[in-house]
Amino acid sequence: MADTFKPETPEQVRDAIAWAVSEEAPLEIVARATKRAIGRPMQTANTLDLSGLSGIGLYEAEELICQAGPGTPLADIEAVLKAQNQRLAFEPMDLGVLLGGGEGRQSIAGVFACNLAGPRRIKDGAARDHLLGFTAVTGRGEIVKSGGRVVKNVTGYDLSKLVCGSWGTLAALTDLTFKVLPAPETETTVLLHGLDDAMAATAMIAAMGSAHDVSSAAHLPAGIAAGGVSGGATVLRVEGFAPSVVARVDALKSELARFGAGIATLDGEASRALWRDLRDARPLAEPRDRAVWKLSVAPTAGPEVMVAIRNAVPEAACFYDWAGGLVWLGVPPGGDAQAGIVRAAVDRVGGHATLIRAAPEVRASVDSFHPQPGPVAALAKRVKESFDPKGVLNPGRMTAGV
Amino acid sequence: MQMPEPDRDVLARRSEIVAALREIVPGEGVIADERGMKPYESDGLTAYRTLPMIVVLPETVEQVAAVLKYCHANGVKVVPRGSGTSLSGGALPLADGVLLGLGKFNRILDIDFDNRTVTAQPGVTNLGITTAVQHEGFYYAPDPSSQIACSIGGNVAENSGGVHCLKYGLTTNNILGLEIVTVEGEVMRLGGKHLDSEGYDLMGLLTGSEGLLAVVTEVTVRILKKPASLRALLLGFPTSEEAGACVAAIIGAGIIPGGMEMMDNPAINAAEDFVNAGYPRDAGALLIVELDGPEVEVDTLIDRVREIAEANGSTNLRVSESEEERNAFWAGRKAAFPAVGRISPDYMCMDGTIPRRQLPEILTRMTRMSEKYGLRVANVFHAGDGNLHPLILFDANQPGELDRAEAFGADILKACVELGGVLTGEHGVGVEKRDLMPEMFSEIDLNQQMRVKCAWDPKGLLNPGKVFPTLHRCAELGRMHVHRGQLPFPDIPRF
Repeated sequence: MADTFKPETPEQVRDAIAWAVSEEAPLEIVARATKRAIGRPMQTANTLDLSGLSGIGLYEAEELICQAGPGTPLADIEAVLKAQNQRLAFEPMDLGVLLGGGEGRQSIAGVFACNLAGPRRIKDGAARDHLLGFTAVTGRGEIVKSGGRVVKNVTGYDLSKLVCGSWGTLAALTDLTFKVLPAPETETTVLLHGLDDAMAATAMIAAMGSAHDVSSAAHLPAGIAAGGVSGGATVLRVEGFAPSVVARVDALKSELARFGAGIATLDGEASRALWRDLRDARPLAEPRDRAVWKLSVAPTAGPEVMVAIRNAVPEAACFYDWAGGLVWLGVPPGGDAQAGIVRAAVDRVGGHATLIRAAPEVRASVDSFHPQPGPVAALAKRVKESFDPKGVLNPGRMTAGV
Repeated sequence: MQMPEPDRDVLARRSEIVAALREIVPGEGVIADERGMKPYESDGLTAYRTLPMIVVLPETVEQVAAVLKYCHANGVKVVPRGSGTSLSGGALPLADGVLLGLGKFNRILDIDFDNRTVTAQPGVTNLGITTAVQHEGFYYAPDPSSQIACSIGGNVAENSGGVHCLKYGLTTNNILGLEIVTVEGEVMRLGGKHLDSEGYDLMGLLTGSEGLLAVVTEVTVRILKKPASLRALLLGFPTSEEAGACVAAIIGAGIIPGGMEMMDNPAINAAEDFVNAGYPRDAGALLIVELDGPEVEVDTLIDRVREIAEANGSTNLRVSESEEERNAFWAGRKAAFPAVGRISPDYMCMDGTIPRRQLPEILTRMTRMSEKYGLRVANVFHAGDGNLHPLILFDANQPGELDRAEAFGADILKACVELGGVLTGEHGVGVEKRDLMPEMFSEIDLNQQMRVKCAWDPKGLLNPGKVFPTLHRCAELGRMHVHRGQLPFPDIPRF
């Protein structure tokens, strides 16, 4: 008989996990359950639902910190921050667009546990760079805390880094404290039209290597549109204080004139809409049955990886973010979702490929997370066991045995 | 401060261990005589000294791996060391341990301007990275004040910060890849030139782990383009309350300065006596606010900060109009430690962090403690992030003063935790703050951290005696009490 336990206090989370340990009955850990369709399908009978631990406990704008329960909707937090002209600088993506199930529903715990970030990742870091401290219940049924409520802290191991990107396999979060930052006064996007992938990569690298403080750099190949911008566009975002943005956009335009492309700009809401779509990988959302990969490589390697993949899979569609270092890739469904080809191409240059969207039967047979070399995988398994020796928290979600 | 009792069995095998290590690292790479080992007996926390059993200075990753493998197989403890500038005793040797110095790993291996990365061996200095890329206008952002001497490997071990970390982050936010050697001698790569980890963020865990989890043999860092313009404001305030309110108002206005430093009156006067920086001697607190970025941005923000400072009661306000003037503003702050060193035979530098709004409260408490212990204290802070560096003045030659200074320091750190802060913002726990860890963490919290160590180092051979106040065997930590047959959570809603 499958149960969903919905605790309302950290002590109840502890009791539920202690019970799971004693019964050796693994739990699926969810908060708002918007990312269930990522990773290996699990065999857990019971679910631990953290959405009952919800709400912003503390928000001190001048200290740049915010603290909230795991089930707090991200949308609530973003609204509260916006009222004080602040934001989460890492720009968490909303996977609801790719996975279905609606947008704006995810929890703050999901954002951190899955280490989600958006186009601003290259300037301001990922979720893992913003989690300052947490309280959680380990797979030993113990309430532990780590980190603190100040932005500068090196006391003890930085377990916040470990929890970010662990997909609920190490501990069930019961409380999170994270760094918030001022939102910019304004933003403008510079568009270059008509560059091919290789030239676009060169232009993005030039922009990121300039002193103009470009916060995001993406490229939409021909045929891939986003936020009202048609394909064949290289887009560069400049954010900050109004006079500074004007000056930097002008400087950037003259510096990039040598690429011989048509140059245009998008301001304010038009710019924000474009980057929201890129953040959420909306250009690849349709057709719904397409398998979607997220590739992380060195920025200069992005186009090269795509040449290798297109040679084997001509129907592959993609766009580039993170100045070329993030490739969002769509491939025909079925089989292994081209895992062999994709991973071989990535392994040649160094990096990793994560399967973000695919049918359950594909995810049951293909590793969603990039396989690690033996010694690293063995170490990761020992780290898992140090938190969850009986394997009761999201077992197998990331890889078999972890 | 007590270190673990040296293992007599290991000490008895010393000559055999020296011979075996000489097989691995030939020539002068193994130092076993007292005079040769003397320079390694302490790090930047010079109050504590121990002669290591043996010093080993390998030159290749293979040698590091072989040394660790041998030590692991033979139950010999290992203390890794970079440049030895730790202020918390992280590289304090063990009498029955090998001191593994990485100083010969001093080469830059790769500079990649297109991907904005530098790959360096761990013994390269922090400043050495910037020096290698500044001809193209790039730099490495984290800038601990020891940056001329401290090594990038040590920066990883300590997750070093610096004056600019409010805007640019700590080491952990600026590294992309590591090559490491585990205590078992296994060489691994984590990350690279790409972003984010494919599995658990082991690189993030290693950063700031104080040499207890693995030995770093290569580091890939992210470099940034140097800002086009840098200007600073020097702001005097009657009291630290007003200075603190000014800092809050600057951040409240959405401005994150490149650097924002505060000094209290004793620190202002010590610095002024030493370098004549032109600081207002009668000010209760001094703020240096540095803005960096495109010229037009810096000029705009200088005006905004000036207005905020005036509105918050600044009595003394200067804006740098030249690079010389900006450097002059910084001269006193950068010389604060030696300046205090001039007015006192010894000083002890503490490193707590508090929520910034608690600044007046912690200063009041420090004044009371100063009276109680009969020792003077001068304060410099990284004002933006609440990281305090109280300097406790004492004379080690006066009987009892070192003990009093230590007790004073411990009281300050306890107060930091009480006010919602932490024991260390950037210097690390090491041996210095080890015994204070229970002020911040419960036994359950600490046991979980030690279990993480067990995943890397089950025999507890890598830098033991640091960070954790009590040592437990991994087998004991791994035990779990399972209560079967309990009817669980009668009060948890279920569906």
